[in-house]
Amino acid sequence: MGKTIAEKILSAKSGTDAHAGQIVIANVDYVMVNDVTGPIAFREYAKLSIDKMYKDRMVLIPDHYVPNKDVASAVQAKEMRDFAHVHGIKNYYEVGKGGVCHQLMVEEGFAAPGRLIVGADSHTCTYGGVNAMSTGIGSTEAAVAFATGKLWFKVPETIKVELTGKFKPNVGGKDLIIRIITDIGVDGANYMAFEFHGPGVANVTVSDRLTIANMAIEAGGKAGIFPCDARTVDYIKGTVRGTYVPVDADPDAQYCCVLKYDLGKIEPMVAFPHLPSNGHPVRETDVRIDQAYLGSCTNGRIEDMRAAAKIVKGRKVADGVRFLVVPATQKVYRQMLDEGLLQVFLDCGAFISGPTCGACLGGYMGILAKGERAVSSTNRNFIGRMGDKDSEVYLAGPETVAASAIAGKIVTPDELEEF
Amino acid sequence: MVSKTIEGKVWRFGDNVDTDQIIPAERLVSTNLDHLNDFIFEKVRPGFGQQVQKGDVLVAGRNFGCGSSREHAPLSLMEAGFSCVVAESFARIFYRNSMNIGLLLVECKTDIMEGDRIRICTADGKVTDITSGKQWTFEKYPPFIEELIDAGGLINLVKEGKF
Repeated sequence: MGKTIAEKILSAKSGTDAHAGQIVIANVDYVMVNDVTGPIAFREYAKLSIDKMYKDRMVLIPDHYVPNKDVASAVQAKEMRDFAHVHGIKNYYEVGKGGVCHQLMVEEGFAAPGRLIVGADSHTCTYGGVNAMSTGIGSTEAAVAFATGKLWFKVPETIKVELTGKFKPNVGGKDLIIRIITDIGVDGANYMAFEFHGPGVANVTVSDRLTIANMAIEAGGKAGIFPCDARTVDYIKGTVRGTYVPVDADPDAQYCCVLKYDLGKIEPMVAFPHLPSNGHPVRETDVRIDQAYLGSCTNGRIEDMRAAAKIVKGRKVADGVRFLVVPATQKVYRQMLDEGLLQVFLDCGAFISGPTCGACLGGYMGILAKGERAVSSTNRNFIGRMGDKDSEVYLAGPETVAASAIAGKIVTPDELEEF
Repeated sequence: MVSKTIEGKVWRFGDNVDTDQIIPAERLVSTNLDHLNDFIFEKVRPGFGQQVQKGDVLVAGRNFGCGSSREHAPLSLMEAGFSCVVAESFARIFYRNSMNIGLLLVECKTDIMEGDRIRICTADGKVTDITSGKQWTFEKYPPFIEELIDAGGLINLVKEGKF
């Protein structure tokens, strides 16, 4: 019987003939923790009383509450720094040299085709955009992976998503994934993987693939995996660490269901509070906003910044609106500088900060007050996600976020022409 | 698997209870790790952490624990005193985290009401609403998960040399 990409990678890494439904113990290529999930992992590691540590496979990335929000987060960030120092962990990314973990994992070449990567952050599924099997785990199991280099996995069933056509202008991966989650629900892919196939895949940029894979978890998915093609190879060229082996599905692989999307028919989408599955075509909505947020592991890449800058260039942020622009990593920040994008955002009246997850999870750097609304290029709009329990988050792609910052209400770039 | 019987009072929740509701992100700092129960459901049910008694059971609908990978979510429920969570389905990372740290989860669709008394018996796979007398059956755990439950979590399983 043929295998899906997830089954093939888990077979290779576990040394077994793995099929959906089985539980296997597999070697992981990398295990990542952040400043929130790391400290628990460090405590659990100590409980194991095992001297062995797979240091080269460990990646420690402070990003949620750094630069330190307050004394408590300073203590927490220091725990990670000290742990890295004491144990001699090379892959630790200090403030100023790193950024939002998932973009950094790709930029730094940890994420690559055919790899099995786990991370104590739910959006670890992002690396499926470059043909990795990657998934979010907890802190205790991260500790076990530190000590043993392996973890237990339930081999997921896979949903096949067949893509045809190409996106219209100002429509992208975010709009597609909100469409998919709206169609199948926030648990429509629980315990499952997505696999993306069809002639449309070649028309989807790697940046968009990372966005789509990133939000697989918002449908409950364990992973969202794209095949490796020329775009993938080109994207990781020069940064990928070591060698890699692309993995494609067998022609007779078994899928639990097939979804079909014509990319040309996808409209700009916005997910209303308080679930990512509450998607609506932007054109059918009428929502005034107080804040527009561009950034995060979902849409904080240079491609997102370019798309947004094109829309706000020569325009001004609407009165009464705060437009926050947060590049995902230092590298994205520098690229924005080199390409003149910082100038464009400054001129339009945006606030630009260095990389942090801060506001996305309601941590700091852009918290919403009671009754306030934000349109955001992030991935979650749960109750109180970005602040007060009576604030609201509307999820959208970078183009819609940029256009909305200018309009003061949620609009597509096309609608902005009418202002 | 070693059989477990749990009896307690029910706290009832609905579908898609996310980890931001269970414990908000702004509480996720290491200085809070010894009193996470102070913050459970603080945005949606203020004061909840103080009302829960040791041994109580949380009962929910579909997709309980969706969202973040924060282990603080199951940890805070354990620290508050919950002995078990019964839900129609669980989000996968929450499921892993709970089983890995020793919080028992039971996947079972029920219509048990808040305040009822519940009994969960792993030996016969039955969930009983003691108040109404209704009963439901849940599926046996896979062998690996049984070992994990018996060990009391992944750390113990590794220490016992079974991983």
